Amino acid sequence: MIERKVSVMVVGAGPAGIAAATKAAQLGLETVLVENRDILGGIPLQCVHPGFGLHYFKEDMTGCEFIHRLIDRMHRAGVETIVNAYVHSIEFYSQLEKNVNVVTQSGILRINTKTVIYTAGARERHLFELNVHGDRIDGIYTAGEAQTIMDLYGVLPGKDVVIIGSGDVGLIMARRFALEGANVKAVIEIMPYPGGLLRNIVQCLKDFNIPLYLGHAVTEIIGSKRVEAVKVAKVDEDQRPIRSTEFEITCDTVVIAAGLVPNIDLLEKIGVAVDPRTKGPIVNEYLETSIPGIFAAGNALVVNDLVDYAAEQGEIAADGAKIYIENCGIPTRNWTRIKPGRNLRFVVPHYVSRERDVVLYARVQKPERNVYLSIANFKAKMLSLRPAEMIRIKIPFNRILEDNHRVISVEVVPYE
Amino acid sequence: MNSSEIISGAKEELICIICPIGCSLEVYRDSDDIHVKGALCPKGIEYAKQEFLDPRRVVMTVVRVKNGDLPVVSVKTSVPVLKKCINDIMMITASIEVVAPVEIGQVIARDICGANIVATREVKKINNCD
Repeated sequence: MIERKVSVMVVGAGPAGIAAATKAAQLGLETVLVENRDILGGIPLQCVHPGFGLHYFKEDMTGCEFIHRLIDRMHRAGVETIVNAYVHSIEFYSQLEKNVNVVTQSGILRINTKTVIYTAGARERHLFELNVHGDRIDGIYTAGEAQTIMDLYGVLPGKDVVIIGSGDVGLIMARRFALEGANVKAVIEIMPYPGGLLRNIVQCLKDFNIPLYLGHAVTEIIGSKRVEAVKVAKVDEDQRPIRSTEFEITCDTVVIAAGLVPNIDLLEKIGVAVDPRTKGPIVNEYLETSIPGIFAAGNALVVNDLVDYAAEQGEIAADGAKIYIENCGIPTRNWTRIKPGRNLRFVVPHYVSRERDVVLYARVQKPERNVYLSIANFKAKMLSLRPAEMIRIKIPFNRILEDNHRVISVEVVPYE
Repeated sequence: MNSSEIISGAKEELICIICPIGCSLEVYRDSDDIHVKGALCPKGIEYAKQEFLDPRRVVMTVVRVKNGDLPVVSVKTSVPVLKKCINDIMMITASIEVVAPVEIGQVIARDICGANIVATREVKKINNCD
């Protein structure tokens, strides 16, 4: 067994992990980044479409281009990286002592670290979470699988495609299939509104005349060896299929793009508190979890729609790690809890110090126009909010909150 | 989605995609002027005119690679191309094969519908003796 001592250990080399490791190294902290795949970069490696980096690099790039630049910058900052390295467990001993056990190709590596930045991304939701019945036949892929097969390995997974879910991943895969000559029969969305960004509705569906069925669900996949058809039905207000509305769409491929869930198994094993709304860890404004010195960022913290925000969270966590190490813990003693109020599905972070400006990430429950985002006496005008577009806003908590605030609600309220 | 379908040749309804507000825009032509209704900002008017007169898109796909550590390389058009050119670009890129190594930004094909096809990923050469 090899032992190593570092200040910051980053788990997962996607956009958040790479940005975190780069920032930590730039802040003068000895940093190691481990990745379980054989290549650095994470999900953007398989994203050949543009729309990446508009905020972070002020430039429209494809996923591959974005991550290439991020990796270049990290190498220049002098971050040590280990690929083909699987994190087995994290052990907490004291404020400045944690062990991370890593299985590598050259044996077991025990990394003794002051802080951990956990950026292991998210997993895709699958059929068993959607109440879709039928046999386990060939031709059913998650969107990420289909993307990998098509855009890393150049193989078209099928010719007549039905996509379940109208989130950005589903929309982008609809366009990729259509561009490569497949017939995208339908995108099926259980909610009454589309799940993805507007620009993707226009450029991925409208451009290719792909029908979008809102308020519909796939109830069954039919086929003996390969997918032959799907059964689709309208849903009622409780998202239950209305059997009398059922119809069939013939197809040979079903792509499941039904959203992501933060991948936090390792954190749960050491008892990190989890927010049932985001399904990610509960964090303070430094993105520190309920276990001191363990930070989370990117899709492992909250499912982002823009890579730019995942990278930003990585940097916030690295800043947090620096403050943590210098003060032997985050120095804040009194926290104010942030609670999602009217028409908000979640707000991250969950606790603020009231000492400085903090970036809040939030998502609405349903679309709403002409509203304020309201926190105590602070109000920000928002012309249009949609669940697909995460709110990112910097809040001057030091100026808006009184000392007696212990719990404060963030709400979306209509104009007077 | 009905509201955003083309209603007639002279009038079009669009959703602005410049920012998350997503204004519903109405574009129409009278004599020789183009009018835009429903935009909250000048960028929306610009977008609507562009989309009405000359809709363009960046096209992305993959191209076959010989002797690469991956069988394909991702590519895109260097500039947005006319929407009606998308099919031509897909047919041309489907017929191309490049030889590894491929650098990011390398031009794979020149001047197709006014754009170059450039690589957006690096593909390393594999040593066949291994």
